[in-house]
Amino acid sequence: MSAFLTLVARDLRLAFRQGGDAAMVIAFFVLTVVLFPFGVGPEPELLQRIAAGIVWVTALLAALLSLERLFQADYEDGNLEALALLPLPLEAQVLAKCLAHWLVTGLPLIIVAPLLALLLHLDPAGYPALIAGMVLGTPILSLIGAIGAALSLGARRGGVLLSLLVLPLYIPVLIFGVAAIEAEIAGFGARPDLLLLAALLVLAAGLVPFAAAAALRLALE
Amino acid sequence: MPSAQTLPSPQFLSTPGDFTGHALACRRGERLVFRGLDFVLPPGGALVLIGPNGSGKSSLLRLMAGLTPREMGALAWNGIDIREDPAVHRTRLHFIGHSDALKPVLSAGESLAFWAKMRGTSASIEPALTRFGLGTTAALPCRYLSAGQRRRLALARLVAAPAELWLLDEPLTSLDSEAAAQLLAAIAEHRAQGGRVVLSTHAPIELGGATRLSLADFRPTPAELLA
Repeated sequence: MSAFLTLVARDLRLAFRQGGDAAMVIAFFVLTVVLFPFGVGPEPELLQRIAAGIVWVTALLAALLSLERLFQADYEDGNLEALALLPLPLEAQVLAKCLAHWLVTGLPLIIVAPLLALLLHLDPAGYPALIAGMVLGTPILSLIGAIGAALSLGARRGGVLLSLLVLPLYIPVLIFGVAAIEAEIAGFGARPDLLLLAALLVLAAGLVPFAAAAALRLALE
Repeated sequence: MPSAQTLPSPQFLSTPGDFTGHALACRRGERLVFRGLDFVLPPGGALVLIGPNGSGKSSLLRLMAGLTPREMGALAWNGIDIREDPAVHRTRLHFIGHSDALKPVLSAGESLAFWAKMRGTSASIEPALTRFGLGTTAALPCRYLSAGQRRRLALARLVAAPAELWLLDEPLTSLDSEAAAQLLAAIAEHRAQGGRVVLSTHAPIELGGATRLSLADFRPTPAELLA
């Protein structure tokens, strides 16, 4: 356990020293959401109608931005090789790196999302479902992204490949995240959708470490 | 492959406790790098890998570490295949490859402390730093270190956390004579305590009682390359 936390602490320290990642993700998130009123027009009714979808799709894309570096930097400077030879299983290390990635990029997304929803006139009834959905959904984005990041290691134009691999897998998160908000606004309650998101999170946390670790071992051979 | 059928020659008959390889073959991509390689590494032993570029010194080290799967042959610690329990094998080895595994934004002290802590050592890293002449550079971010200092820092991992088997891929690269002497002293001390060392080198290196393994002897014949 202490080795696990040591790895999380090291990744957080690297993220803070290098800066950039969290700021870039948030800036992308804000800028892209702000583009929509310019594109579709500023009518509050229209924006209110599409607010949930815009916030979720943009959050998805913002999370994708930082994924390429998840293992790439460690791979290039030889750290990944040394990490793979530590007593701590690679599967646990994948989980630690996902946790650190989520703390650096997912958590800021959760904090900024309600402010952006405000900008888009999201119905006030939808906020609890938005925040709850993001809390459950953003860790899934980091986890699924880890598989893509591990598989695209060493590939040329890995970033594009990563997007193609990961975006289709993000669709369930998007569906249930948006559905939770719409159901809450319509008065049905967000509980079923949030429970499905929770189930996805459990599934991803259980399966992703094995898939990503296998891909990393292949990349290191 | 003919070597796979032959029994180990008497000199390779091992005793319990040895780290042994028998009839090892390694393939990198399409190319067979070496085949029919045997070695025995008893506690306190040292193996020096020599051979021209591309003869498979690094490949053999990576094979021993469990990073690269072997094409054929057996690799056993105390008679037990290292694949039986990879976690146990990782716990007993240090692998220092070509890259120094440092982060430009972490200080030398932080880097070493991280690797030591990941191996469950809570002891101070100061002795390891001073041992390799890095006492004054502990607070310096790794991006300001010279190639030799980075190499010293990577090697300091060996003494910061104990492990029985040291796998060193050309450890003398970019080291000055003082650091090379410090490394040789560390290796001698490690072996005196029953530790084992495998290292590849192009430099003439003198380790007392070390076995020299010339990788060129295990190069596949042209016929085997086509097979």
